[in-house]
Amino acid sequence: MKEGWEAVIGLEVHAQLRTESKIFCGCSTAFGDEPNANTCPVCLGLPGALPVLNRRVVEYAAQAALALGLRINTESIFSRKNYFYPDLPKGYQISQYDRPFSEHGAVEAPTTERDEAGHPQEWRLKHFGITRAHIEEDAGKSVHDIGDPGKSYVNLNRSGTPLLEIVSEPDFRSSWEAYDYVGFLRRTLQYIGVCDGNMEEGSLRCDANVSVRRTGAEKFGTKAEIKNLNSLRFLQRAIDYEIDRQIALIEAGGEVVQETRLWNEREAKTYSMRSKEDAHDYRYFPEPDLPPLEVAAEWVETVRAGLPELPEARRRRFIGEYGLSVDDAFTLTGQRELADYYEAVVKASGNSRAAANWVLSELLRELKSGGIDITGSKVRAEHLGALIKLIEDSTISGKIAKDVFADMVATGKAPEEIVREKGLVQITDLGAIEKIVAEVIAANPKQLEAYRAGKTALLGFFVGQVMKASGGKANPQAVNEILKAHLEAEGR
Amino acid sequence: MTISLTVDEIHRLYEKGDATPSEIVRAALDRIEESQSSLNAYLTVSRESALKRAETLDSGIRDAVRVLPLAGIPVAIKDNMCTEGVRTTCGSRILGNYIPPYTATAVKQLEAAGAIIVGKTNLDEFAMGSSTENSAYGPVRNPVNTDYVPGGSSGGSAVAVAAGHVPISLGSDTGGSIRQPASYCGIVGLKPTYGRVSRYGLVAFASSLDQIGPFARNVRDAARALSAISGRDVHDSTSAPVSAPDYLAALTGDVKGLRVGVPAECFGEGLDAEVKERVEAGIARLRERGAEVVDVSLPHSRYVVSVYYIIATAEASSNLARFDGVRYGYRTQQARTLSDMYRRTRDEGFGAEVKRRIMLGTFVLSSGYYDAYYEKAQRVRAMLVRDFDSAFEKCDVIATPTAPTPAFKLGEKSDDPLAMYLNDIYTVTINLAGLPGVSVPCGETRAGLPVGLQLIGSHFDEARLLNAACALE
Repeated sequence: MKEGWEAVIGLEVHAQLRTESKIFCGCSTAFGDEPNANTCPVCLGLPGALPVLNRRVVEYAAQAALALGLRINTESIFSRKNYFYPDLPKGYQISQYDRPFSEHGAVEAPTTERDEAGHPQEWRLKHFGITRAHIEEDAGKSVHDIGDPGKSYVNLNRSGTPLLEIVSEPDFRSSWEAYDYVGFLRRTLQYIGVCDGNMEEGSLRCDANVSVRRTGAEKFGTKAEIKNLNSLRFLQRAIDYEIDRQIALIEAGGEVVQETRLWNEREAKTYSMRSKEDAHDYRYFPEPDLPPLEVAAEWVETVRAGLPELPEARRRRFIGEYGLSVDDAFTLTGQRELADYYEAVVKASGNSRAAANWVLSELLRELKSGGIDITGSKVRAEHLGALIKLIEDSTISGKIAKDVFADMVATGKAPEEIVREKGLVQITDLGAIEKIVAEVIAANPKQLEAYRAGKTALLGFFVGQVMKASGGKANPQAVNEILKAHLEAEGR
Repeated sequence: MTISLTVDEIHRLYEKGDATPSEIVRAALDRIEESQSSLNAYLTVSRESALKRAETLDSGIRDAVRVLPLAGIPVAIKDNMCTEGVRTTCGSRILGNYIPPYTATAVKQLEAAGAIIVGKTNLDEFAMGSSTENSAYGPVRNPVNTDYVPGGSSGGSAVAVAAGHVPISLGSDTGGSIRQPASYCGIVGLKPTYGRVSRYGLVAFASSLDQIGPFARNVRDAARALSAISGRDVHDSTSAPVSAPDYLAALTGDVKGLRVGVPAECFGEGLDAEVKERVEAGIARLRERGAEVVDVSLPHSRYVVSVYYIIATAEASSNLARFDGVRYGYRTQQARTLSDMYRRTRDEGFGAEVKRRIMLGTFVLSSGYYDAYYEKAQRVRAMLVRDFDSAFEKCDVIATPTAPTPAFKLGEKSDDPLAMYLNDIYTVTINLAGLPGVSVPCGETRAGLPVGLQLIGSHFDEARLLNAACALE
């Protein structure tokens, strides 16, 4: 950011709660079905139809609110937000206004600035306040780019999909903080299983309120709202663009006007959608078709008790309990299933560092190249743990282990089974190794001579020959010791 | 065959084999068709489907009357309740071609009780009015004297019963739309407690005030109909989880010891002298039968019309936003842009009174005015509820006139919306408080116009309310 300036950013995140059915009717929330297939009188806004709140929505909202440190109000009220739009079938959205579902939350999220190449600098934890999170319904979708160019179409499959709108305090000072916060929210919501976090499909959408002020100024500048940012990258770029635009505008003697702007990714610009004068008067009032939502304190405690360990807490625990690096712990806790998998490997192997190495390098590489998720891994966590144990107790060498692992990836078999079938058990019988060593030395007199003349680097050559002769099964440590003894003893 | 009969009378004919549902229904349909040119009470007459359903009941009707409280009874439904496959217009041009894909819960319940729907009745557009002159399909006339309005907004349903077409019809009551036309037409009209009857499928006017209820020629039939349509509906979150008693069984006619509250506020300025006389005579009759008459006070009564027209129009402005020409109903033919389409569709589709109320409601909710109007109105509404709470500490039911005047002539108040709104002064109160109320005939004026007495009960106390009403018959 330009010297002498500070940005102030607030974020509104709309997270789709992943219930099977819609918020006020029994229609499916499935994405990508035939247009208007998942509709009924309620979500079509037909005359006389009435909303009935889906209980599961309240459960999911409560889990999310608690995970974000929000206080759940014992009574909250649904309100109507009135505006006309073709994809808003009732002419109002059922949302919450002056008594939202939850308030007064905060998260401690890891954040860092990035260099020009986008590499993270120094990670630190920052406190971001969350003003409120409230429950509301989604609208449908207007479609303009199909069929007759003179016509627009409306798809109401999404109408009535449950959303949690999470409104932050204006606590962000850079686009990367916003990026890291939304990433954190996304991980957290995915972690507790209430939102699939798919930004492309619109399961997580973001609006950013951006203003700038001179460093040290107390008053906030006039803000512009950038709407519908549907990827983390767009969010970050749009905010940066907007900060630069506002600073340039003010420095040129202009004034920022309060308005709603849209991000155009192709042009890498924000442009004005509507000014404050054109802003809607939403005429909020309490929704008379729904009684106040009452939530018992005991129920909230039940939900709290049922929450899984959250990613941030787990990350810290992984560092402390398993001795992992910050980065490794970050990756391993990025996805709940991955963290669960890792812990299962630790349990089966008794070696947390080896488990981290195998999961992070070998397993993730294999999964990535196969284009599959940890949940689709053929290698079971107990099997990976067992493999680590086989190395530890010298049944097989680390090198053989990699081959065994490749077989596990391909077949899903247990490592013991593969080792047995292929006769890969490590030779630890010293007599057998000595026999091979003697044969190898006898077969390579020139190298022996060179070694004895001081070219001790040839030890590697001898080790390789011995391992080869043993079919890779000889215990490398034993091979090393016996070879050295033979090479040097006979040299004297 | 005349069918100005009650349910009991029709059932007796069925039991004795003196009539079949087909005959009764055909007679009803014939009378309806004869009356249409003079009364205009119906927007749709379901001749074929009604006769078809009647025929299926013909052979088993003797048994059916024993198990189904409304077996073979022709009924009429206000045209703001959805009926699957049958046009539902709300008396509006904007829904002139609208055919719902589902049926309102209350209508389904009525059919489940054995009733046969013969038609959908005319109404003030979207139930907004007190005379049924605001229908896009022409005004309804009072069968007592066709120079007069039948009251509104459920004018068509009131006339269906008053003219003897059917013993029972359904109306909806947001500020008096069942009770006032009942009073003007000389029949019984009941607005149940808010939440007693499901609103699912009732096209909303003001959601926090709307309630479906029956018209009938006597209290027994009203009680029968209420039993059929009451109860919790999973499709309506505001329907109450309070079980409905057998209202018919509650009608003993015994009012000894019943405390009848009379609020002085409802007998003062603006009340027609003849109406006052008839209503007081009605209260005296209750006293003669052993009821105890006590004075009660409703100190916030003078604000009710203002409060009502703020809350009702606010909710209406939002409820009617869905009629935008996008998905169903009328759409203008000549729009070039989206906002033009909205504007013209709604301008051409809605009538003057509906537009007036949408504008009023939009205004009271707009930013900068919300606190002064809507918010304040809600506070006064809460005070009104307390007024009733304290009144009901001293009495069991409250008696008032249903309307300040008898029926007026067509066109008499059309140009004076304020005078029209003031007609609702005794009825809107109980919608605001969510209480049940019934209008019972209590004589007529010297000009032969019916007068109605309104009895108000406490929440979910319809049994006692109907019993008191029964004692007035």
